[in-house]
This record gives sequence, structure tokens and C-alpha cells, in this order.
Amino acid sequence: MAIGHDDHHHGPAKGITRWLYTTNHKDIGSMYLWFSFAMFLLGGTFALVIRAELFQPGLQFVEPSFFNQMTTMHGLVMVFGAVMPAFVGLANWMIPLMIGAPDMALPRMNNWSFWILPFAFAMLSSTLLMDAGGPNFGWTFYAPLSTTYAPSTVTFFIFAIHIMGASSIMGAINIIATIQNLRAPGMTYMKMPMFVWTWLITAYLLIAVMPVLAGVVTMMLFDIHFGTSFFSAAGGGDPVLFQHVFWFFGHPEVYIMILPAFGVVSEIIPTFSRKKLFGYDSMVYATSSIAFLSFIVWAHHMFTTGMPLAGELFFMYATMLIAIPTGVKVFNWITTMFRGSISFETPMLFAIAFVVLFTMGGFTGLMLAIAPADFQYHDTYFVVAHFHYVLVPGAIFSIMAAAYYWLPKWTGNMYDETLGKLHFWLSFVGINVLFFPQHFLGLAGMPRRIPDYALQFADFNMVSSIGAFIFGFSQLLFLFIVVNTVRGGKKATSQVWESAEGLEWTVPSPAPYHTFSTPPSIQ
Amino acid sequence: MLPKNKLWRGLVSVVLAVVSTAALAAWELNMPLGITSISRKTYSLHMTIFWICVVIGVLVYGVLVYSLFAYRKSKGAIPATFTHSTKVEMIWTTIPFVILIVMAIPATQVLTQIYDSSESDLDIMVTGYQWRWQYRYLTATGEEVVFFSNLATPAEQIQNIAAKGENYLLEVDAPMVVPVNKKVRLLLTSADVIHSWWVPDLAVKKDAVPGFVNESWFIAEQPGIYRGQCTELCGKDHGFMPIVVQVMAEADYNNWIADKQKAAAAVAELANQEWSLEQLVAQGQTVYTTFCMACHQQNGQGLPPAFPSLLGSPIATGPIGDHVATVINGRPGTAMSAYGALLSPVDIAAVVTYERNAFGNTMGDMITPVEILQLQAAGE
Repeated sequence: MAIGHDDHHHGPAKGITRWLYTTNHKDIGSMYLWFSFAMFLLGGTFALVIRAELFQPGLQFVEPSFFNQMTTMHGLVMVFGAVMPAFVGLANWMIPLMIGAPDMALPRMNNWSFWILPFAFAMLSSTLLMDAGGPNFGWTFYAPLSTTYAPSTVTFFIFAIHIMGASSIMGAINIIATIQNLRAPGMTYMKMPMFVWTWLITAYLLIAVMPVLAGVVTMMLFDIHFGTSFFSAAGGGDPVLFQHVFWFFGHPEVYIMILPAFGVVSEIIPTFSRKKLFGYDSMVYATSSIAFLSFIVWAHHMFTTGMPLAGELFFMYATMLIAIPTGVKVFNWITTMFRGSISFETPMLFAIAFVVLFTMGGFTGLMLAIAPADFQYHDTYFVVAHFHYVLVPGAIFSIMAAAYYWLPKWTGNMYDETLGKLHFWLSFVGINVLFFPQHFLGLAGMPRRIPDYALQFADFNMVSSIGAFIFGFSQLLFLFIVVNTVRGGKKATSQVWESAEGLEWTVPSPAPYHTFSTPPSIQ
Repeated sequence: MLPKNKLWRGLVSVVLAVVSTAALAAWELNMPLGITSISRKTYSLHMTIFWICVVIGVLVYGVLVYSLFAYRKSKGAIPATFTHSTKVEMIWTTIPFVILIVMAIPATQVLTQIYDSSESDLDIMVTGYQWRWQYRYLTATGEEVVFFSNLATPAEQIQNIAAKGENYLLEVDAPMVVPVNKKVRLLLTSADVIHSWWVPDLAVKKDAVPGFVNESWFIAEQPGIYRGQCTELCGKDHGFMPIVVQVMAEADYNNWIADKQKAAAAVAELANQEWSLEQLVAQGQTVYTTFCMACHQQNGQGLPPAFPSLLGSPIATGPIGDHVATVINGRPGTAMSAYGALLSPVDIAAVVTYERNAFGNTMGDMITPVEILQLQAAGE
């Protein structure tokens, strides 16, 4: 039965039940994005506690055991509460629009995937207020510190991880089912936007490794409560087994956190260079290579655990190889800009900063891959600098770029360009002041996860802490910009950006509640 | 004889290389060159990869920055229409691959050398505890040399009451002493959680895993004092368990070992002497400050519920036998470790006596080292 008219009377429900029961990908996308923004501010607050304590040598503000809770919760909240849900939110909003589908393939499961997250994070955060304190064993929770020597609240932590994992797995299933089945006729795989490609590959990574994370926390649960010895030598087990299983999840996890970022940047750079993405096919193959390689490099996080030489060499070589497809992607983005016609709106500023600063993180990643050198870098601030470069001006900047890029489509209003640029520059300066000195701290010998340090580390720690407060408070400006844009602003057209291409720019701004009820035809 | 200009150029480039690397090392922005052949090779690998990355960065960022200026729409740039080039993709895949091979060869050589810990001159067993290191010298002759190496920085410095000393957080009461130019093999393990032993100047970092023994080695080529830290999160005082290695001439090292052996014998003797309450309390305060204060705090009131108060506690004001048993065996399932292996009989007697007569506790009782020895012999 064909429906050829706008269904004004089938608009969204009113009140709180709209949000509790919605199966609409736009509503669910918005909820994921707001949730991730709140988590970003929460995780950022934990970071500011850390940087306040590290501003000077000596213990000023917190006890070491609370400091360990802050570093642990900062990592958990940022990884599982900010970055991952933000990318899922972008996927929910944009994938159906980009492939010409009316919604996600499994809309009710979509609702459930979102709503278990606030529950999980409320439970996890509440442990900070419990007598025994929150998890204090690092976001990587190595055994036996996280089993035999953990506070009793570790069981809440395990339960929260299970719930977040279930949310990610359901989301990934939904994304695969949507992309593989609901593309508009004529949209072959090699015609899909890069954001859709990177999310398709990411979704397969999620399905492959989230169950492994569930496995490792279940083994922990059994060691803690049911007398097993997976991670205890006394019972025939091995603490290093924990690290193997965790990092088998953990390494693909960091690619899960960056592949959608690659997709976002691959949408934005062509638009503002007024030139198609260079080497589309190559970009697809490179992303697939990175995904495949991500499964065989996990033990580069374990170079100092005492692996046999052959194993150490294998992981070194495999890790070095990842530089190649990653480099190819960077070259392709730059060649897209080369001989283009470039303008510097806020999304483009974030995207260019991504290319420059993510690449810097890539260089330190290559240095870390060299196993004998890694013996001097491992568990120092050099590693902290590396992963914050790829995650903050990497993943987080791409999320902000995506927000600025698609806010006009979501809200129908242009954001304030002057304020957007101000947010960009404050963030850019802030993160470099915050993280660049940490390379030096690591090389000079400062270990990770310490609340107090020797005097030769004082100067760079002070600089880094100043950067943290600049960057942290700048995000309140971002909140202000987003809220203002939702409430009003210069009206946006459907096209929004002069040379943007893709189905999302063929629908009005704001996008109607239901789009592509009839599939478009693709040339 | 080389032509004069070639010789001159060669000399200048060598001097520049040495000066630039030495200057960089002196800034403490960089990894130390260290005092072993392996540490120098590691440094050299690190700098090689670093410079390769710099060159690649200059080229790549150069093209990017050039594009941002030369192809601005505001200056009237018209976009080109090319979208791909298989030839270019092949080139910029192959060249990086070759660069990686060039990096992998020296990396493989150095790693293989690091893994060869055979034929050592001296073996030391390093055991990580929460939160201190224990060194056990596996010497063939004489009394065993085994001791703990505890953070020596006073709490007042950490709490910002006193000014911080030069080696703040990097000083210990008993360093690990080794002879110069001898191959020292380390056997690493842990008594509780995973720790990691790292001294940057030796370029040795290896995890101490409970229930397993890891190996590493070094040959220190220069006498001196070298400092490092635990590098695996191991609980609340992870940042407070440093490592100090003192490298001495062989003759001095031999004297040190002999002294340590004599001291070990003396400690055993000390247990058999007469001890008064006052003497035990005085010794006990030292032991308490080193081993107990981190959790139970200076005033003995702890940080409940994780670290109970000793003031008026059922253990410290209850039967003395239970108090001793708690110190020796710890309390499984809590943060209270078993100190039976860490403390000498004198120290156990002293700290128990101190806790019962300090913080406001006034038990007035005491236990002697001889009684502790008897209890330990009876298997409690």
C-alpha cells in the first residue's frame, strides 16, 4: 500500500513516554548523543581531579586510593560511556539517512540497547559513594589486583561491564542488519558513504570481541566468588592469562573507537575541499586491513610480561604492519585536500586537526611497537600521551566535527560559527598543552597511575595540568553552543554545506521524524 | 690517507651527532643513555625511529600545510576532479613497507640480545610486595643475604609539611648493590599482585608476576646510584615503592656482601637478647612507620572501613597471641598482608608491643623476640 503524503498526525508522542518507548532512530540517536555528552563531562571531571592532584608534587587533594578510583573511572567512563555511545548515536542518526532506509532494521532492540546504558553507568558511578569505594584497579583491571585484592564493589563493576557489552552487541547486530539489508536499490557496497563502511566493519569487530570481554569478566567473577583459579597460580592458573584475554578484546576495542572517526573525517574533508574523497576503494581496503590486523597484535600491550622471544617478535612485526594501511588513509585524506578548494568552517577545522594530531599519535604508536624500546616506554606517561593523542584529538575531535557537521540537519538551525571556531581553538591549544609534555614525562621516567612524583617531573606536570583545565572548561562552551543551536539559530537549508554529497542532504533540515518511507533511487 | 676535505666533513658530522645526542640526553626531555651497552642500544633504536618519524612527518605535514594555503577557496582555488590513482597507492604502500623492514632489523637484534640472560656472574631474586621490593642474593657461600628495600621519604614531605628532599620518592633505606662490569641476572616474582621492576639507566623493565618467575639481566658499566620505580599498578601505594641500584667496584661489593652477612647473623643474635618494654616500643615505632603506617596511619586510627583503627581495637587490646597471629598471618580477604616473612622476630615482637602501648592504647604488656621464635617454631 503506497503512502504518498506527509503523516502530520503520526508525529512523535508527547512527554517522557516519547523517549522511554521510542523506536525512532533519530530519537534514539539523540539520546545516545546526549548521554555520551553527559558521560564526557563526568569522565572529564574525574580527569580534572587527577590533574589537580598532579599539579604539584606531594599529596594535596586526594588519598592515593581515591586517586586510583579516579583514574579507573575516568578510563571506564570515557571509553564505555563517552566515545562508544557517541559513535553509536551518530550511527543511529546517520546510517538510515545515508543509505535511504526508513529506520534501523530492529527498532525495538534499538530502544533497549540505549536504555540499559544509563542504568549501567548509574550503578557503576554509585560505587564511588559506597564504603568500599569504586573500582581502583585501572580501566584495564588486571588480575589479581582486580580479583583477590579488589574492593567488594568489583561485582557491581562486573555487572556494569556485562550490561554495556550487551548494549554494544545488540547495537552492532542492528547496524549490520540495517546496512546489509536496507540499502536503497542501486546503492551497492562500493557506493556506500565511508561513514557507513567504517561502521559496518566496526560492527563486526564489536560482535567478535565484546563476548571476549564478557568472558574475561565472568572468569573474574568466578575467581572472586566461586573459588576458581583462572588467574591464580596457586590453583594452576595464570595472571597473565587475564591480560591475553583482556587485550584480545582490548586491542580491537581501540580500533572500534577510531574506525567510525575515520568515517566521519572521510565525509567532512571532501565536503570542505569541494573534491571527492581520493582513493575510495583503497580507503575501504585499508580500513578492512586495519580491522583484520587488529586481531593479531594484542600482546604488544604485554611486552614486559615475560613472553617468549618468538612471540615478542611476532607481535612487534604485526604491530608495525598496522602503520601501513593507517598511513595510506592519512595520505588519501591529504590528497583529497591537495588541489581542492578548501574552506575552514568548524567541522573542517576539527577534521584537519584530527589528521595532524591523530598522525602524531600514530608516530608514537610506531615507536611503542618497537619492543626493546617499549621496555623504556611501557607503563609510563609516554604511553598515556600516545593514546590520548589518538583518542582526544582523534576520536573526540571527530565526534565534535560530526556534531558541528550534522547539527544543522538534526535541528534545522546553523550553529554559531564564531563560537564554534572559538571552541575549536581553545580545545586545540588546551589538548596540546595538556598532552604534549606527557611525552617528555614518560621519556624522563615518570610511571603511569601515580598520584605523586619525583621532583624532576614537576614542571611538565604543572604545564599539563594547566592545559587540562583549559581544555576541560572549553567543553562547557561546546555545551552552550549545542543547546543554543537546538533552541534556534539561522535556518538551515536541506543542502546545508555547498558541496556536501549524500542522501542525508536530500531531506529537509531538520530531518522529518520519518524519512525515506519510500526508498530513493540511486544512480 | 683520506683527502683533507672528506676527513674534515666526516669529523664534523661525527662531532655533531655526538653533541646533539649528548645535549638531548642532558635536558631530561629524553630517555637516558644509561650505563649499559643495552641501554645505549635501546636509546639509539629510540632515536632512529624518532628521526624517521620526524622526516616522514615533515614530508606529510608539509604537503598538508602547503595545500591548506595554496588551495584555499578564499584565494579563488578551483578544485581538481581526480579521484584515485592505483599507481600512487602502490607507491605509498610499498615505501612505508620498506621503511618498516629497515626498522625491524636492528630492533630484532637488540631484542634477541636482551633475551639472552645466560652465564650470569650474580643472580638476585627480586620479589614485589605491596608496597616494597625484596632482594634475595643467590650467593653460593655464607649466610643468605635477603632484605627489604622500603621507601625512605618521610611522610611529612609527602604531606607538604616538610620541604621535599632531592631524591623525593626515589630513595630507599636499603639499595640493591651490585658489582660493576659483572652480568647480573634478575629473577622476578611477586608475593601478591603484579608489580614491575624498572630502572631507566639500566633499560631493564620486567613484570613481577605472582606464581611465576621472570628473568632479566644487565651489566652496569659505571659505578653510581641509579633510581627507578614500580611500573605496574599494584594498589594504593604503587607510586611509593621505588628502586635504588648502587653499582660499586667489585672489591667494595664484596665488602658489602660480607657486611650484610654479618648483619644477618647479628639480627638472629639480637632475638636472643633481653629486651625491655621501652626498647621494644622504640624499635616497634620504627617498624610501624616503615610497614604499618601507610594503612593504619601515623595516629593509629587507620582509614576505616578498609584500614581499621588500632586504637581500642579488639586485636590490639585483646589477647596478645591473637595480635601476634594477625601480624604474622595477615587477614585473608582483606588488605592486611601476612608479615611473618617480611619481619624479623625482633621486629614482630617490637611492633606488636608498640601497637599495644601507643596511640592511646595502654595495655602495658609486651612480647619478646624469643617468644615469637617459639611461636613460629610451633607453626603458628
